[in-house]
Amino acid sequence: MSAQATVELPRSVAQRAPRRGRRRRSELWFALAMIAPAGLGFLVFYLYPTIRGFYLSLTEYSLLGSPTYVGTENFQAIAHDEVFWTSLRVTILYVLINIVSQTVLAIGLGVLMHRLTKSALIRGSLLLPYLIANVVVALLWFWLLDYHIGIVNAALDSLGLTKVAFFGSSTWAIPTIALVNTWRHMGYTALLIFAGMQTIPKSVYEAAAVDGASEWRMFWKITMPLLRPILVLVLVITVTGSFQVFDTVAVTTNGGPGNASRVLQLYIFDQAFGRSHFGYASALSVVLFVILIGVAFAQMRLMRAGESDLD
Amino acid sequence: MKSTTLRRVAPLAALPLVLAACGGGGGSDAGGESGGGTTLSYWLWDANQQPAYQQCADAFHEANPDITVEITQNGWDDYWSGVSTGFVSETAPDVFTDHLSKYPEFVTQGQLLPLDDYVAADGVDLSQYSEGLADLWVGQDGHRYGLPKDWDTVAIFYNADMVADAGYAPEDLANLTWNPDDGGTYEQLIAHLTVDKNGVRGDEAGFDKNDVAVYGLGLPGSGGANGQTEWSMYTGTTGWTHTDVNPWGTHYNYDDERFQSTIAWWYSLIEKGYMPPPETTVGASMNDDFGAGKYALNVNGSWMINSYYGYDGINVGLAPTPVGPSGERASMFNGLADSIWAGTKHPDEAAKWVEFLGSTACQDLVGQAGVVFPAIPSSAELAKTSFADRGIDVDPFMVQVQDGTTFLFPITDHAADVNAIMQPAMDAVMGGTADVSSLTEANDEVNALFN
Repeated sequence: MSAQATVELPRSVAQRAPRRGRRRRSELWFALAMIAPAGLGFLVFYLYPTIRGFYLSLTEYSLLGSPTYVGTENFQAIAHDEVFWTSLRVTILYVLINIVSQTVLAIGLGVLMHRLTKSALIRGSLLLPYLIANVVVALLWFWLLDYHIGIVNAALDSLGLTKVAFFGSSTWAIPTIALVNTWRHMGYTALLIFAGMQTIPKSVYEAAAVDGASEWRMFWKITMPLLRPILVLVLVITVTGSFQVFDTVAVTTNGGPGNASRVLQLYIFDQAFGRSHFGYASALSVVLFVILIGVAFAQMRLMRAGESDLD
Repeated sequence: MKSTTLRRVAPLAALPLVLAACGGGGGSDAGGESGGGTTLSYWLWDANQQPAYQQCADAFHEANPDITVEITQNGWDDYWSGVSTGFVSETAPDVFTDHLSKYPEFVTQGQLLPLDDYVAADGVDLSQYSEGLADLWVGQDGHRYGLPKDWDTVAIFYNADMVADAGYAPEDLANLTWNPDDGGTYEQLIAHLTVDKNGVRGDEAGFDKNDVAVYGLGLPGSGGANGQTEWSMYTGTTGWTHTDVNPWGTHYNYDDERFQSTIAWWYSLIEKGYMPPPETTVGASMNDDFGAGKYALNVNGSWMINSYYGYDGINVGLAPTPVGPSGERASMFNGLADSIWAGTKHPDEAAKWVEFLGSTACQDLVGQAGVVFPAIPSSAELAKTSFADRGIDVDPFMVQVQDGTTFLFPITDHAADVNAIMQPAMDAVMGGTADVSSLTEANDEVNALFN
């Protein structure tokens, strides 16, 4: 494929050479027209709100009425806000449990999809939980794991084990929510990883098989190293998404008991829409924004996302 | 190779980010014109009341053919986020059911239309409502922001079969006493009604508090800042009040010994196994568990009567809350009202509707439906009759009003912030992770809001 391109390219460039300037300009307009819908969406729904969010973080604002500039007061308050630090700890715990379990399971599923089955039905069914709306998944598990009427606790009870207040106890709330979301997202993550695995040339595996390498050895020596750039991408996306957990908590524990599951996004929502502190909530969002940039940057650097071992 | 893969994966990868950016809240269009007439939007949160208010809307439309009222019902949480986002996006309902814990903030934000001029011009008789209800809706600025529609008090719903099995007569439940030290005859009743898996009662030897089949008393939650159905019927009998004055207090009293000893007693019920640990109640509603036979007693509000009497196979009885150290009972007296959004395009029509909602014409209809107690006493009597026709004696709710043992729902500024501080603090106490003395610190935090 690449050989063909190198042969063809010079000829077409040579043909176009005389009309190059005009062509460029018309291509530019065409390109602009093509990206305009997405660009408009980006400007209106991402860039402008982000900039305005930064501005609001420096104000006191109740949404009704106009914002009052207060400088860095909100950020100073955040530094002394115990609920913020609790919610940060809670969120990080959530992300750790969610990402570790989700990534390990997704790689496992990816390998199975890649090496074991070619059945579209099986591959497709792994994606099923992801096709259900987040809120529905949350409510489904909320019900399954209910202390009194949930089937899981009924099973535990019949086995003679102690019932667990999955969503109600401050110890279990976050692990439960994290694992519910792992269940929903692992199929999708596995699909991304599987797509990455398909870019690894079959010839490498064939060569390894000829040399007598076991599946286990091939996984660690071929799949994992060659998958690294994809894995980084997947991790950056899933970690960022994981930090933004909201709906599952909002429809189940709503932050409780106490503040045991008050994740950052929920705290931001509470402050803004529950208590009308939009300036403070914006400042919290800015803090989350900075955290996410830092985490994504660190991941890219630490895992050398820009390089591939395949070249 | 690498870049092609990335390009192939990238559109998929962007998906969750887009999905994550979902917004909440909805709003109905604020009053459109249809068929030359005016359409008013009216919101309420209690689905049980919607049919009765639809009757009112129909009657109103008959009397005023050029005005149509469109009713929208949303559950409590969605309702309030819908109202506040509606204010911002200017799509709030013209008229909506308002709550005492919410309206002070709306007044501060300039979102409610003062009704004084309409009330004066149309000669609305404010003395027709149950005592005190109309005054609740006069803001700190002296203006009126709502006309009373109904009131509620709390009482004890009990499982009549369990009570009979335990050897109690209904009369015994009508004369319960309570104190924060040993819980009085009220706690004895709760203990006796608690039964473990082996059939041993809570006040008998060998009671296993870790394996309880039926709890004597239900736990609806930690009660947050006001404890309306959770603890206010106990604290109200100790002489304790939420705030220095009510309405418009500026100092909360959660550091008071009377409050903290009451909460300590309430928590002790969990330790004794008479009330479930809060972590086991997440996700369940107390009344549904009552309907499933897991509780013998529930303290709940009068707006829940039909829910409790609607469970199949459960014989329900009603008893008034216990008499406390003051020698009297106590119940929080909460009153709802209808308010007009300041941004309405049809203020005159909206005022007409609010006045109709606050008149005997509508309140009689609501009373006859037998769902809540209307603010006008004669309409409330109709509700009593309607309940009695179905074999429900609602005196335990009304006795608090007749005896004057009600106290008003605490109305202050910063209600949302106060609750955001008190909810986790109360959760921690009831969850057993903090002592009641920790509420003093929470109280300082609350009072700092008013400085």
